[in-house]
Amino acid sequence: MFFGLSEEQEQFQDYVKKFLADNVTVNEIRKIANGEDEALAKEIYSGLINLGINALLVPEEHGGLGADLLSAVAVAQGLGSGVGPIPFAGAYVMAPIAINLAGSDEQKGKYLPQIVSNETKFGVGLSEYVAAREDAGIDLSAGKANGKALFVIDGDEADYFLLANKGGVLFLVDAKDKGIEITKLTSVDKTRSYLELNLKNVSAEILPESESNPEIAKKVLDAGRIIFAADSLGASESMIEKAVSYAKERKQFNRVIGSFQAVKHMCAEMASDLEPCYAMLWQAAHSFDHEPDEARLQACQAKSHISEVAKMVSKKATEVHGGMGFTDLLGLHYWFKRIGLNRQLLGGPELIREEAAEIQGFNQ
Amino acid sequence: MDLNYGAEYEDFRKDVQAFCKEYQGISFKSESNDNNMSDALNGSSAAKKSKKEVTRSEWQQILIEKGYIARAIPKEYGGYGGETDIIKSRIIATEFSKAKVPGGMGGQGIDMLVPTLLEWGSEEQKQKYIRPTLHGEMIWCQGYSEPNAGSDLASLQTKGELIDGNWVINGQKIWTSTAQYSQMMFCLVRTEPQAPKHSGISFILIPMDTPGIEIRPLVDMTLKAGFNEVFFDDVTVPEENIVAKRGEGWSVANSVLGHERGSLADPNATMNRLNTLINMMKEQTIDGRRLIDIPSYRDRLMQVQGKVMASQAHSLRLLSSKINPGQNVKLGGMIQKLVGTELRHELEGLAIDVLGEIGTLYEDSPYLKEDGSFQFTYMYFLGLIIGGGTNQIQKNIISERGLGMPKEPKVTEAS
Repeated sequence: MFFGLSEEQEQFQDYVKKFLADNVTVNEIRKIANGEDEALAKEIYSGLINLGINALLVPEEHGGLGADLLSAVAVAQGLGSGVGPIPFAGAYVMAPIAINLAGSDEQKGKYLPQIVSNETKFGVGLSEYVAAREDAGIDLSAGKANGKALFVIDGDEADYFLLANKGGVLFLVDAKDKGIEITKLTSVDKTRSYLELNLKNVSAEILPESESNPEIAKKVLDAGRIIFAADSLGASESMIEKAVSYAKERKQFNRVIGSFQAVKHMCAEMASDLEPCYAMLWQAAHSFDHEPDEARLQACQAKSHISEVAKMVSKKATEVHGGMGFTDLLGLHYWFKRIGLNRQLLGGPELIREEAAEIQGFNQ
Repeated sequence: MDLNYGAEYEDFRKDVQAFCKEYQGISFKSESNDNNMSDALNGSSAAKKSKKEVTRSEWQQILIEKGYIARAIPKEYGGYGGETDIIKSRIIATEFSKAKVPGGMGGQGIDMLVPTLLEWGSEEQKQKYIRPTLHGEMIWCQGYSEPNAGSDLASLQTKGELIDGNWVINGQKIWTSTAQYSQMMFCLVRTEPQAPKHSGISFILIPMDTPGIEIRPLVDMTLKAGFNEVFFDDVTVPEENIVAKRGEGWSVANSVLGHERGSLADPNATMNRLNTLINMMKEQTIDGRRLIDIPSYRDRLMQVQGKVMASQAHSLRLLSSKINPGQNVKLGGMIQKLVGTELRHELEGLAIDVLGEIGTLYEDSPYLKEDGSFQFTYMYFLGLIIGGGTNQIQKNIISERGLGMPKEPKVTEAS
């Protein structure tokens, strides 16, 4: 019996953390967030792709690493801890899982190797499948997609978009299709892209298994939620480390502020609420691949619970930094905002808890 | 990640399951309402009307013979004489909890004194005290806290002087649970008044029928589980009743304090209480509507469930770190008392809120649900949040030892 990340998974996470620590300081994050240095953004992106994070979830028969979701979670924790400004949850987790579970043999043979080579990039828009805002939503009939998809993730340089209709039918559209109008949305978190798509008679390439099996869309959703939870957990871990080390240096009243119980107790509260989240997250990822009966509930609860803890951490860690925590100069807000966006993506805590209740048959 | 324990352990699990099936529904002779409440605390419940009746100490004997309790305690001291096996312990705890079969007796003697004596006691002390304690024939109370020595326990002032081969003890202890039923007390006494405060304390065993001991009940807010104050007036016990050497009492006491903290909020018990709450919310109604169908109640239930699931998973990770040397769990063990007691308090409080006015009923009132155990446990866990090292002290420990933050500077006495 062993409960935790394997040595390999920890190592992979360390590579990601080390790459970000060495190459992406707050100054770089700021430049990328402000869109001031596209060459730098590309360099960081390709540095992380060189580590192989795109190939993780692609099966070996299609040239990928054939890893399980827990390995992707290990990476996502690393990306969250350094607010890695690259696509991941959609492009390299939800897209390969969707294509692998719902695609025809031909589609798998075509797209999965292209994910490994990173020749083809996927943006993902499942927001309307979860909860449609602003009357958005996509109609699918006779192979054509019409409507609006909001809050599409990982789509900045996408060649295709993975979308779904309300019934959970998954399909791909070509980003170059003349019927697609792409608008950038601006969120508080500028480390990741956020798009609106308006579709008029766009050719939809349906992933056929998702038509007969509505569970597949839920599975893709679970994976995305677990990855956002992992990202928030990594970001929270980092915020606590920053708060603790700031509190050990900053002096007031001739003492380091970390010697005041008011400050120490905030740090202890953050750390002790976050600590059980590691196990919860890893168990959810493990169940995703190996314990199907538990998987849906655990994915929902991990996303909602970790989102709540991360929100608390993002607030308290900022407070420990005092006025500096509030400044752009320190850049702590990139972590705060990352956690804020993760919380809402693919369903905020209240919506997901309602789903968790439904899974257990509580709300009849 | 590998959540399998392996074939050997799955066989062991089957044995335990068979045992639980055989004894499902047993009850204890002379059961009182107090025992129902203690079942609520640990999330188990012996059936109230049952043909299988045993005494607590008979049950204790059965469990020792199977090796389900006192597993690693040598046979010569009355234990099972096996090896420590935390996976087996986990399986036993989980299966007993699932089947709602009552576990062995707990209490200060079994949980704290026995491990202390095994580590620090003389051979005579082990021979004399461990067996009757394990079998429930010798009940112990703990004499640590004093009116002026709470969180700052090491400032305790109960005095012990060695006079003519006897310890003569004077002073007062407080928060002493079960003092009125106990045959013995293990007590921290200041025997070296000249030494620095932590090294002037000795660990002394005191028979409770010694002349000069006065016990005054100190009723807590539940009006059920009782504390006491214990007064010592020239209480005289033989010199050999000291455990370890003079002045080593602080180290002796600390070696098992961590054990107590971990045991205050067992995740199996919390899971059972969550299930009790869920069932209750499906059965009880407001205006004919099930409580669980009311969205705000349901959302709070789901929030608590998330926390319970996190702490269950966390306990698996802690287990794993004990059997896989080198696995780093960082703050893993340190947070258990803080997180576990707060969670139980929240869970029981939710049950009261969804029951509304019914949730305030107590003792023998009509309309009581679950014997009033939600109210009792809600209050009792407030006691545990304060006791066993307050949760504020826990936060000091977590921030100082876990996060490496500096201690509060010593303040010189204000004049």
